[in-house]
Amino acid sequence: MIYSTIGYYSLFLGLFISLLIVFFSVKNFQNSKIISANILSFTFLQFFLVVISFLCLIISFVLSDFSNETVFNNSHSTKPLFYKIAGTWGNHEGSLLLWLFVLTFFIFIFILKTQNQPIKYKLLTLIFQQIIIIGFFFFLLKTSNPFNHLYPTPSEGLGLNPILQDPALAIHPPILYLGYVGSSIIFSSALAATSLNLVSKKWASHIKRWILISWFFLTIGILLGSIWAYYELGWGGFWFWDPVENVSLMPWLALTTLLHCILVLERKSILSSWVIILSIATFTLSMCGTFLVRSGILNSVHTFANDPERGLFILIFLFVLIFLSMFIFFFFHKNEEKTSHSFSWLSKETSILVNNWFMMYFLSVVLIGTVYPIFLDVMISKKISVGPPFYNKLIIPFLVPFLLMMAIGPRLKWTISKLQDKKYLISLLVISIILAYLILKNFNQSILIYTVLVSSAFYLFFISLRDFFVKNRNISQNVAHFGFSLLILSILFNNLFSSETITNLKVGETFENSDTKIVFESVNQKQEKNYKSIIANFNIYNSNGDKDKLSPELRIYNQPIIVTSEADIKTTIMKDKFIVINLVQNQEFFNVRYQVKPFMLWIWLSVILISIGGFLSILKRRL
Amino acid sequence: MKKKLLPFFVVIIFGIVFIVFYKGLEDTNIYTPDLNVQKDIPIFTSKDFYSGKVLKSSDIFEFNKTYLLNIWSSWCVPCRQEHPLLMTLKQNDKIDIIGLNYKDNKKNAVIFLQDLGNPYEKIFIDLDGTQAIEWGAYGVPESFLINNNKIIKKYIGPLNEDLISEIEYLIK
Repeated sequence: MIYSTIGYYSLFLGLFISLLIVFFSVKNFQNSKIISANILSFTFLQFFLVVISFLCLIISFVLSDFSNETVFNNSHSTKPLFYKIAGTWGNHEGSLLLWLFVLTFFIFIFILKTQNQPIKYKLLTLIFQQIIIIGFFFFLLKTSNPFNHLYPTPSEGLGLNPILQDPALAIHPPILYLGYVGSSIIFSSALAATSLNLVSKKWASHIKRWILISWFFLTIGILLGSIWAYYELGWGGFWFWDPVENVSLMPWLALTTLLHCILVLERKSILSSWVIILSIATFTLSMCGTFLVRSGILNSVHTFANDPERGLFILIFLFVLIFLSMFIFFFFHKNEEKTSHSFSWLSKETSILVNNWFMMYFLSVVLIGTVYPIFLDVMISKKISVGPPFYNKLIIPFLVPFLLMMAIGPRLKWTISKLQDKKYLISLLVISIILAYLILKNFNQSILIYTVLVSSAFYLFFISLRDFFVKNRNISQNVAHFGFSLLILSILFNNLFSSETITNLKVGETFENSDTKIVFESVNQKQEKNYKSIIANFNIYNSNGDKDKLSPELRIYNQPIIVTSEADIKTTIMKDKFIVINLVQNQEFFNVRYQVKPFMLWIWLSVILISIGGFLSILKRRL
Repeated sequence: MKKKLLPFFVVIIFGIVFIVFYKGLEDTNIYTPDLNVQKDIPIFTSKDFYSGKVLKSSDIFEFNKTYLLNIWSSWCVPCRQEHPLLMTLKQNDKIDIIGLNYKDNKKNAVIFLQDLGNPYEKIFIDLDGTQAIEWGAYGVPESFLINNNKIIKKYIGPLNEDLISEIEYLIK
């Protein structure tokens, strides 16, 4: 009760301080010798107030204070402590508070740590960031106050959606938000640099660190979400092209492109328009994601709280930011690229530029696939759903030149270059094609396209592997590209060589086909704190004599009453064995799905490798 | 010339995107099943809110009469919001309002009715939420328009003035 009051009023104060910061920054801007000390302390105070407010919400969750509407809607007294805390950001109001927390934290660090940059630039970045922060404060206080009071106090809460009660998902939102919101700093500083005409090599190397940081967190955040989907949703996949997933992928594509462009800008001071547009796009795509997910305009498997009023607010706010940034871009941006900087068709810049175009193409495919159903619904009120076949058809063929470019590009020099050791490059290409053909030759369907695809992935794999042993290599780039080739290879092999068995079994029954025998041994029941579980025990015999014991589980949660199925997965280096059971309505048998999925572990490992690449690059800047 | 046109063009494109999203918001995709076939009301036994006596569905709903069944709870914030509208609908003698008190604590519920008035002809209780499932409800508040023991229309979420006038029109 008391915590809700404290939390609510610190939010109000935080908004007030935003206005003070803008006021002082504008004042300081006219007379900019040094940054005035109270701006820094106000920025810290604002961060501190949001922390207090956030802590108050966490405490309300821990104490199960059901007089708070957010707690009432999303918690329950029998929930384990860990999920009570994680429940704080597992809902709309709490996650927005988390947004605000990260926004204020990042700008504080930015103001504190940025040195050797003009004062005016720092102040202007602060002002733009405060515009975003004020927008979010209003949004939070007006449409989604996390501290709404309930009277009379209900004796029990409604509970957290059980599928959200998973360790990966508990840390997934904060990490993802670090990535999303980190892009807000890039957005504000790009706008500030454009208005002051500071887009230069120096600015590029300063903002690069922020890009790397957001990129790192965004990558890890998407990975965690994907791991959650694989282990918890029980469909045996890790990526479903669901709108909510697409929404996190789009900023990632934009950010990855930006990461490569900023390198060119840093070296050659070209592509400055690209950098600005991408900086704006990354953040607006993150915001657009929030809009699409929170407003209920899209139907998705991740059903969160939907409220059109909230949608309208974010929509207006989003377009205010878009029009503001367009205004700044068109009126202040001086395009100076035409002066002399020519570069050869065979150079690092060209290869980066070409791959940027591919990346933009992937981005537009995902964007259109996500947004097109809305347009169609509004224009001719027809409902369609865009699924994996659309994305597969449009993206997969273009991966081939993309991968080849990724293999060759890093070996080229800036401005003008020659392909060195051609023998190596050609022989590795031949090896890759032969290897891909040997692996796939027993595979009947569309062998040609898969051979081409697998061989280009192998090519990148071998080239980046070999580059580890070359002197003067760029280790972070090398690790990331190597990870990417591994990712594509694992995904391809995973898709091509998975096998699946679906059957209905009673206890004691056996299912057998040419290479597997599934024996349904027994069923146990267990009572946990907030759910009852039914554990089924299976023995699975493979044709090569392996025997596995797998025990998938059905959990019946008491608050709210929801049945979830927990897959049992046996992970080995080469493959995952995945089994999941489901209740069949009014029947005594269970629906059993058994899958063998090769290289699952490698998908996660390769994404970790990619982000390690980014992380190394952050470290390198610090040395 | 080209330079001047580009910003203009981009602004128009984003303007169109804004309008489409705005229109898209007007009918959100919160899925509500249509009740094309008028369903019979469920047959059940429950307890009376005040007396605690056993109530059968036939004691509550008579054939040839029109009812509005309202699922409510004292802890539900939107219920508080729609309550005054139910009080005005009470004035209409063509319809009887029946309350289903959902997962509530009796003391709080009584205070709620004392504070805001009691629009209900009869109230029956649903302590564990099973009655609401029988009716096919998603949560509180929710209202069902019933005529000749058939569900004519279902209202998910709080009623507003438009919906009240729709109900008044339907029962004419």
